[in-house]
Amino acid sequence: MRTDALIESLSALAEPVPRAMVWRRLALGAGAGGAVSLGLMLAWLGVRPDLAQAMATGAYWMKFFYTLVFAGAAFWTLERLSRPGAPSRSQMLLEALPFAAVAAIAAVELMGAAPSARHHLMMGASAGVCPWRIVLLALPVLAGAIWSVGRLAPTRPVLAGIGAGLAAGALGAFIYAFHCDESAAPFVAIWYTLGIAAVGALGGLLGRLFLRW
Amino acid sequence: MSDAEPRLKALMLAALDGDAAAYRELLRALALHLRAYFARRLGPAEAEDLVQETLIAIHSRRASYDRTLPFTAWLHAVARYKLIDHLRRARLRRTLPLEEAESVTAGESEESTTATRDVERLLAALPENKRRLVRQVRIEGLSVAEAAARSGLSESAVKVGVHRALKTLSAMIGKSS
Repeated sequence: MRTDALIESLSALAEPVPRAMVWRRLALGAGAGGAVSLGLMLAWLGVRPDLAQAMATGAYWMKFFYTLVFAGAAFWTLERLSRPGAPSRSQMLLEALPFAAVAAIAAVELMGAAPSARHHLMMGASAGVCPWRIVLLALPVLAGAIWSVGRLAPTRPVLAGIGAGLAAGALGAFIYAFHCDESAAPFVAIWYTLGIAAVGALGGLLGRLFLRW
Repeated sequence: MSDAEPRLKALMLAALDGDAAAYRELLRALALHLRAYFARRLGPAEAEDLVQETLIAIHSRRASYDRTLPFTAWLHAVARYKLIDHLRRARLRRTLPLEEAESVTAGESEESTTATRDVERLLAALPENKRRLVRQVRIEGLSVAEAAARSGLSESAVKVGVHRALKTLSAMIGKSS
């Protein structure tokens, strides 16, 4: 019977599998993509000239931690979605936390501001370009993440694609934050999140097309 | 599958550490589980291809198993994914026919093939002697007297045997639908 022959040949290939294989593969895809994004940001946009002064402000760290924690939780969710039968709900909730925190800070800032200043807190000077730049900077990371996940075992391709997109979007936003000099929480809560969400939607589409195994 | 969890998980952990004998034993056990799982949903002939495809996927994706989680949950998710993927591809094939017009008229015989397969699957659940009686009297068209002569039973014993077997079958159909 052919199935027996198949089992014989597969069991001859039983070499040990490293425990950290899944993380290693995700790190490879995201790391390669992230390096390209970083190079792209440096060559195309450049680091904001006032980075040293900005690092003394809370607004800088708000953006830094929003995108970094979001990216961390998103990659953890993606790791869960790459494993058949692994629960992922708590990781998804964790992924929502940084957004909830930034939205709360934004609400406080808006309520405390004079009505005439609110428009600027939301729109800043770069609302029209910010989400697009985040999407562009996230594309190499998204390509790397989809490549990694496609070599793992996502049983829900669209969801895994969205997961890859959100992780790539958050990492792209983290890289963009080294250039972006906006400091208002409402701006970050709206435009950064919009950029990340757009990459998430794109990831869902790619997942549907490419995450088959 | 849940009764098998401790044994299968132990085999999987050994296999992931490179134990070829454990891996062979695991794959053999999984082939049995998968064959039953797919055959219940697809029929035995179609199931075997999917068993092999799933075994290959289990091998090539085995790094995706988290050793701290139940193995059967992983196995079930992989098998379910492979089944859904198979049904999706089968549906695509059906909605995009590449064959010529004759394949349209072949539909009826395909349907009767499926029906035959369903009957065979049901018959397989009967004890051997009853299965032979049902097959002779109801499928091959032998008379009760002929079947009695062949099996060495009395005519009334054949009648009662067939009657009981059909009752068992209809109970099984009722349960599965």
